[in-house]
Amino acid sequence: MTRKMTRYSLKSQATGWLLLMPAAVFLIAFTYYPTIATLAKSFFSQGTALRPSQFVGLENYASLLDDEVFWKVARNNIIYAGITIPISIALALLMAIWVNGRLPLRSLTRISYFTPTILPMIAVANIWLFFYTPEIGLLDQTLRGAGFNGHNWLGDPNTVLGCIIVVTIWKESGFFMIFYLAALQSLPPELEEAAKLEGASRWTYFRRVMFPLLMPTTLFVMINAVINSFKLVDHLFILTKGGPDNSSSLLLYYIYEVAFSFLDQAYASTLTVILLGALAAIAIAQFVFIDKKVHYQ
Amino acid sequence: MSAIELSDIVKRWGETTAVDNVSFKIEDGDFVVLLGPSGCGKSTTLRMIAGLEDVTAGTMKLNGVDMTNVAPSKRRISMVFQSYALFPHLSVEENILFGLKVRKIPRDERATRLDKVAELVGLSTLLDRKPSQLSGGQRQRVALARAVIAENKICLMDEPLSNLDAKLRQDMRFEIRALQERLNMTVVYVTHDQAEAMSMADKVILMREGRIEQEGTPDELYNRPATVFAASFIGTPPMNLINTTTHDGAFVIEGENQTQVLETSLSEVLIGIRPEHISITDDQGIQAQLLSADYQGADTIVNGLIGTQKVLIRTPGRVAINKPLHARLSWNKDNVHVFKADTGARTELINAVSV
Ligand SMILES: Nc1ncnc2c1ncn2[C@@H]1O[C@H](COP(=O)(O)OP(=O)(O)OP(=O)(O)O)[C@@H](O)[C@H]1O
Ligand SMILES: [Mg+2]
Repeated sequence: MTRKMTRYSLKSQATGWLLLMPAAVFLIAFTYYPTIATLAKSFFSQGTALRPSQFVGLENYASLLDDEVFWKVARNNIIYAGITIPISIALALLMAIWVNGRLPLRSLTRISYFTPTILPMIAVANIWLFFYTPEIGLLDQTLRGAGFNGHNWLGDPNTVLGCIIVVTIWKESGFFMIFYLAALQSLPPELEEAAKLEGASRWTYFRRVMFPLLMPTTLFVMINAVINSFKLVDHLFILTKGGPDNSSSLLLYYIYEVAFSFLDQAYASTLTVILLGALAAIAIAQFVFIDKKVHYQ
Repeated sequence: MSAIELSDIVKRWGETTAVDNVSFKIEDGDFVVLLGPSGCGKSTTLRMIAGLEDVTAGTMKLNGVDMTNVAPSKRRISMVFQSYALFPHLSVEENILFGLKVRKIPRDERATRLDKVAELVGLSTLLDRKPSQLSGGQRQRVALARAVIAENKICLMDEPLSNLDAKLRQDMRFEIRALQERLNMTVVYVTHDQAEAMSMADKVILMREGRIEQEGTPDELYNRPATVFAASFIGTPPMNLINTTTHDGAFVIEGENQTQVLETSLSEVLIGIRPEHISITDDQGIQAQLLSADYQGADTIVNGLIGTQKVLIRTPGRVAINKPLHARLSWNKDNVHVFKADTGARTELINAVSV
């Protein structure tokens, strides 16, 4: 009796595994294996034809600490994230509130705010390249019209990161707006009416009712924004290639350069491990600290 | 000086006219019910009083002061919404105190008022809960408490009981009415439930398609309905409306043709008799057929036919009718209402005859 049952359940277990297999194969091949391989590689030296790869322990991590470019790129990325995330979220919320209200041509406005999101980042970068081009670019032409001198926006280490930040905000806030808009439309209008009757100004209503009720959306958007600020580097390829002098380079772009231009897979793996670790830490922190303040309906 | 006074109020959305030339006055301390079928403009009227909806034309005064275009927050009006409109992320206490905090009432006073109001509506033990942790009836009380704590003289309620079950609705009717009397508030209460209106109101304003059909005490609406619509809207089951005709010079019920029911007749008229005013008798009275019976507990509603006209008869106790049977019906002429068939308006010029 028991034997039979075990056999039966063994058989059904096999079926279960078989059903799971296609998904598992892909997951392992494209997610788990690369992650573990990367982690492993970061402890080995880069092999060449003459010197095969060998275990070096934390040597790659030690050289990372001495790598000036790494620190510069990391600093760039923190500035980049620190500015793009709050501004694009704030803009998204503002635009969502604005297009959620009664205004003429409402759907047209909504679509025009959303358009940047539909465009691929490469296309966006090309558009902005046209804005930033010295002398003939839209920005310079406008400035010249107003009596200012032209400026090589992307060629100046002082302005280039700012330019990249503007492009990202332009692209991202429309995307986040959609989430806020959906959340706003699920808020019952009576809440605002009740608040109004109680004497609340629009600002009070926003601060005490609307914003707290949008917290789940804000959390979601924020995590996406953080991930994007490390993940989205397509525009660098078109606009600056990280230059001049790495002043617009971001972590992921640097990893790409190390791996495919300098062909140092081991060091690229080390950088990747650092990036993954940082992202994981941020995501966990967000869930732990902010989740407490979020009211889910 | 009336607490609320509407003069020729109109509300239009493009082509649709939701409220059409409505005027009424509500006195201080009155409990007034806006009654009418779905879509007749009750909510719209209420929301215009609150200032949540712009007025297309007309004026609205509160205590003699023109408030037609004043912001809702400046009108000193409380409102209870059908959906309660509680803030889901705030506790019961914070919900109730929301308005006082916004209006910067000092902390001590907030606390004393909260104690009093929580006691009044029976929420003292639930103050730390979130709205999602409350039953429908408890949420209803929070909404009431939030409306009451502001100590505004005027309170508007839009179908506040429609999400509750029948038993709770009954209890809350009494509680709301008691609260209103105790705090001497002026309440405008919207409902499409005529029983609710009859049991709660000092005055009922019956609306139909954006206009006022009749305005009066529950008594007046029940005993002297001004129109066929008012007659058929008030009472469960509603008043019987019976077509009459002339036959051999007598004014009789269509298809019955024997018994005189009216002394005179001007033209086509309807007679209205409430089911509770018709009795089933053995010998005297008008010939009728009894078709079926609907037992309700305390009484039975009998489906009958006089000539070609359907009638409902309310009769005490339990009556079973298995197959159609002949009977006689009788009523007193004082209980007969006469309406003109063309306009539906009540007329006093024609007298009925008892049968
Ligand atoms: N925002 C709006 N835009 C256009 N028409 C509206 C709007 N609000 C209400 N109406 C129309 O106005 C009329 C009156 O609506 P109202 O909400 O006042 O009805 P009501 O008497 O409260 O009905 P109910 O008992 O179903 O709540 C309806 O015909 C409705 O379709
Ligand atoms: Mg309504």
